[in-house]
Amino acid sequence: MTRSNTFTALRALVRKDLVLYFSNRRALIMTIAAPIVIAAFFGSLFGSGNRASRIPVALVDLDGSALSLQIAVGLHADAALDVRGMAEPAAVTAVGKGDVRAAIVLPAGFGTAAPRALLAGGSQPEIVIHFDPSQSVVLAMLEGLLAQHVMEVIGQSAFAGAGAPRADSPGTAAGSVTASPGAASGPRRGGAFSMPFSTKTLAATSAERPYNSYAHSFAGMSVQFILFMGIEVGVGVLLSRRLGLWKRLRAAPLSRGVLLGSHILSGALTALALLSIIYAAAMLVFRVRIDGSVAGFVGIAIAFALLASSFGLLIAALGKTPEATRGLAIFATLIMVMLGGAWVPSFVFPEWLQTASLVVPTRWAVDGLDAMTWRGLGWHAAIAPIGVLLAFSAFFAAIAIWRFDWEEPRS
Amino acid sequence: MLEAHGLCKSYVSRRVVSDLCLSVRAGEIVGLLGPNGAGKSTTVAMLCGLVAADRGEVIVGSGAASERLAEGAQEAKRRIGVVPQELSIYENLGAAANLELFGALYGMHGKRLHDRVAAALALVGLADRAGDKPSTFSGGMKRRLNIACALVHDPDILILDEPTVGVDPQSRHAIFDNLESLRRSGKALLYTTHYMEEAERLCDRIVIVDHGKVVASDTLAGLAKRLPSTQTLEVEVDGLVDLAALGALPGIGHPVQEGGRLRASVADLGRDAPGLLSAIAAGGHRISRVASARADLEDVFLSLTGRALRD
Repeated sequence: MTRSNTFTALRALVRKDLVLYFSNRRALIMTIAAPIVIAAFFGSLFGSGNRASRIPVALVDLDGSALSLQIAVGLHADAALDVRGMAEPAAVTAVGKGDVRAAIVLPAGFGTAAPRALLAGGSQPEIVIHFDPSQSVVLAMLEGLLAQHVMEVIGQSAFAGAGAPRADSPGTAAGSVTASPGAASGPRRGGAFSMPFSTKTLAATSAERPYNSYAHSFAGMSVQFILFMGIEVGVGVLLSRRLGLWKRLRAAPLSRGVLLGSHILSGALTALALLSIIYAAAMLVFRVRIDGSVAGFVGIAIAFALLASSFGLLIAALGKTPEATRGLAIFATLIMVMLGGAWVPSFVFPEWLQTASLVVPTRWAVDGLDAMTWRGLGWHAAIAPIGVLLAFSAFFAAIAIWRFDWEEPRS
Repeated sequence: MLEAHGLCKSYVSRRVVSDLCLSVRAGEIVGLLGPNGAGKSTTVAMLCGLVAADRGEVIVGSGAASERLAEGAQEAKRRIGVVPQELSIYENLGAAANLELFGALYGMHGKRLHDRVAAALALVGLADRAGDKPSTFSGGMKRRLNIACALVHDPDILILDEPTVGVDPQSRHAIFDNLESLRRSGKALLYTTHYMEEAERLCDRIVIVDHGKVVASDTLAGLAKRLPSTQTLEVEVDGLVDLAALGALPGIGHPVQEGGRLRASVADLGRDAPGLLSAIAAGGHRISRVASARADLEDVFLSLTGRALRD
């Protein structure tokens, strides 16, 4: 073959590949759209232009003094916080459920003891912070903000009657406290202010075991990859159509319900088996535990398995070719998983997105599995996730049955 | 056993099948032939209950045991076995497991299912490969398994949609033997194909469809009669024969000579052939061999459906 002929052949082969690739418009759009959408999502979360979402925090004021009230006003006014006044048991429960990230408990007598501790080195009143252990970053931030507001109020209160501040100003003290409250709570040294309070942090998790960060990771990744399995169920139906198997199945004396129901059932059983194996590995290797209700966990697992399966059937009903459908379904799954908080905790989402993501079933699945594992909640906390997941399953299945093209391709 | 009356089917505004009637009796193989786009696949889909006809009906069985085929007509569907054109088998399930699955879809289980699986595998010559996956089979073996899957529930009627596409001659003949065996056992078979020699060999009657309508339905001999000539006579002779004189003989048409081989169409072999041979001999030519051939199905098919390409 001459060099010219080789070049002609090479050019033809390259041209063929380009034409084939760019003529598949669905795949092309997905290839372009997926990175744009996902990049836009993460960019909007972490970008400087984004208005950060306010951290939901419960405030329990057991003191009820003018000073504690001022602290509460300061915290309420903080743009970084969404402060909700609560009674202590409700606040602890809210942290455990993940409704708020932390609960600050101002103890009785705080208004009297704190200024005294600042100026005279008396015993420090202890502020208890119950926190969500999956979000320890929030705890550090909250401790800093709390110290800032408390010091501001106590400083004003203490120095309003004591004249001008001394050379080692409260601001300096607050700064050191924020960085290391434990170190700052030591004995008063000659002439210096003392830290007016100490903090005690309590992780809102099962009393028996410490928080296991793998638990949330396994919830998120299980949801993601079992939805991928659901995609394969749908693509399998499309492939069986292409191969004529669907024709043979439909020729049998079976109702539509049996045909589609078998796919939902087999898909759900597969999903359940996968979830069981994944969690067995999580328990054996990574010490993840179901600290909440086992029945609730099983219920959520079954409801999610049905969801994954009916999602697959929906794909089969709406898809055309297996290839194009797989790409579209993976994209949809990634979006759902992303919004469900499996990759990035949902609390870093903008407020509107946190609300919007409640209509994404993966959010309920991840939150539900979290609730039954490391959060250690009871079966009652599984009812809402199970209900929502079953409702989505029914919705997906109904659309699938409605849109399913029963007749064979025409000739 | 299987009767279709006045079947009509349209997609959007295009009529694909129009007032189509056909029947298949027990112990009979009926060939369904037609060019691409003639409406064969839609007809087959309606006969299998996969597509609902806009008008007309399909009756399965005869007499009191007959039933109109519809989506919910479980008993009617149970009496039909379908062999799709595609290889409709699960490649990663064993051969017997495939048959067990398709038998179970028809409500079979236990010993009866086991026996039927064994019988179907034996019929198609795959008994020794029962446990093997079709992914390890040759194309011909897969085709035979494809047929066995439609037979496992022992249907009265077998509808085969081009079951030998891409099959080597040995496997094709094995499939023919299987189908002839089924005919002998009293099954009714509807067979669609593009291969005329298959239809000629297998089919007792042939239905030719075009533009969604039946354009001919008869035995092969009956169809051949529709041609101007039904037989061709081929004679090996020495010397050049007077073709004009032969052409003038009654019942003889289009005599052609190529070297020592002379061919002419003969309207009636018994009546007209002796006159042709006598005329050749009377011209002083020695006849060394005489053979007759029937006008074949391809001639009939092309004469009825035309030679224009279909897409």
